[in-house]
Amino acid sequence: MGALIKHPSDPFLTTESGQGMDYEFHWNVVFQNMPELLNGAFVTLHVSVLAMLLGIVIAILLAIAKMNNSKPYCYIATTWVEIARNTPALFQIYMAYFGLGALGIHLSPYVAVLSALVFINAGYLTETFRGGFQSIPNTQYSASKSLGMTSIQVYRYIILPQMLRRIYHPMTNQFVWSILMSSLGILVGMGELSGTTQRLQSLSFRTLEFFMVAAVMYFIITKLVLISSSLLSRKLFKGEI
Amino acid sequence: MISIQNVHKSFGDLEVLKGVSLDVNDGEVVSIIGGSGSGKSTLLYCINAIENIQKGKIIVDGVDVHSKETNKDKLRQKLGMVFQQWNSFPHMTVLENAALAPRIVKKMSKEEAIEIAKKELVHVGLGDKFDVYPTKMSGGQQQRLAIARALAMKPDCMLFDEVTSALDPELVGEVLDTLRLLADEGMTMICVTHEMGFARDVSDRVAYFHEGVIAEIGEAKQVIIDPQNPLTQKFLSKVR
Repeated sequence: MGALIKHPSDPFLTTESGQGMDYEFHWNVVFQNMPELLNGAFVTLHVSVLAMLLGIVIAILLAIAKMNNSKPYCYIATTWVEIARNTPALFQIYMAYFGLGALGIHLSPYVAVLSALVFINAGYLTETFRGGFQSIPNTQYSASKSLGMTSIQVYRYIILPQMLRRIYHPMTNQFVWSILMSSLGILVGMGELSGTTQRLQSLSFRTLEFFMVAAVMYFIITKLVLISSSLLSRKLFKGEI
Repeated sequence: MISIQNVHKSFGDLEVLKGVSLDVNDGEVVSIIGGSGSGKSTLLYCINAIENIQKGKIIVDGVDVHSKETNKDKLRQKLGMVFQQWNSFPHMTVLENAALAPRIVKKMSKEEAIEIAKKELVHVGLGDKFDVYPTKMSGGQQQRLAIARALAMKPDCMLFDEVTSALDPELVGEVLDTLRLLADEGMTMICVTHEMGFARDVSDRVAYFHEGVIAEIGEAKQVIIDPQNPLTQKFLSKVR
């Protein structure tokens, strides 16, 4: 290949004598671009929260459909869950952006990533909800009915509160997963945290600095989510299951 | 007063009750004994309208249980039921367990509901457990909680479905003592049970179920000590 040309801003090339790793960190450019990174982080949070909320709504419907005896609904729900859980998130995003694009349906990067995340969230949460519901013994229902409660009261006071405890932590996990997976937005030019990082580093050549800061920001976001989730659970769920 | 008239009940092709008739008077304690699958628990579920019936009638205080016009939720307020598995609500404290139904079903104020719940919990000997979660208690305590929870609805009659069968042997006594207490206070009770001593000492009458019919019924001591029907004799010789 011939001798490599040394470029001061390229950290991954070595000198001809083999002495590399003389990388100098330059943080200034990162801090100058902090507002843009924070904006990217906001978009990340935004798309993940929305993907989670929509995912929950669809998952409730799919879980009901899956537990339903009516064949077509059950079939649709099962197909959805199987595809969502057994194909890569990357593939979902490509299908939403390039796949639908080829068919003439042009989604913005934001909407493409959002739809893919909603699709996957709904698939996983369906199984979480179904499992949570079925883990409540039938006898809780008959015991409540024997006290004169209506079916709605049984669900409101007995079944759903217990179910919520069991699905709470799996739901938190799914939310964290969403936040991290939204970084795949980088592939379709979405302006979330990873996409923004990618753009800024290509302008400044400070690749390592930008991605290190972005990684720390992801870490802080997910940690904040986990901590608030566990504080909330302590407030919501007294007693044990 | 509960009047069971020629009741037939099937699960698919399997006929579990084949024409059962039984009248239980106010203040009377009737124990139902018999082998598993003889239909004794099913009868309780039919009285409480948890299961429907194919033929016959069950009348509770003049109300036809399985009539379409009957409000079953309202009917169940008169009939307290305790199950083999105690089914405490694990997400609520003992006090909340007992106060829930009076509050949301009978629409009592919170204070009223709590007052009644406390009274019934003391009644069954759980006066020191108000703020404990049921999962921290023994099976016997949870079963007594289930009894207090049913009593808090001020039922006219209590149905007990093998309430000691799932308990460790050393916990059976405390639950039977609670049942004895209720019987002494004049509660109308139907007890499906495997405790022959309890059936003999506490009930007024004992009914022996065999393959979906009452094979023998009579005064408690007579049925347990001196059964007339060969089927009852055979059953009792096995469980003794």
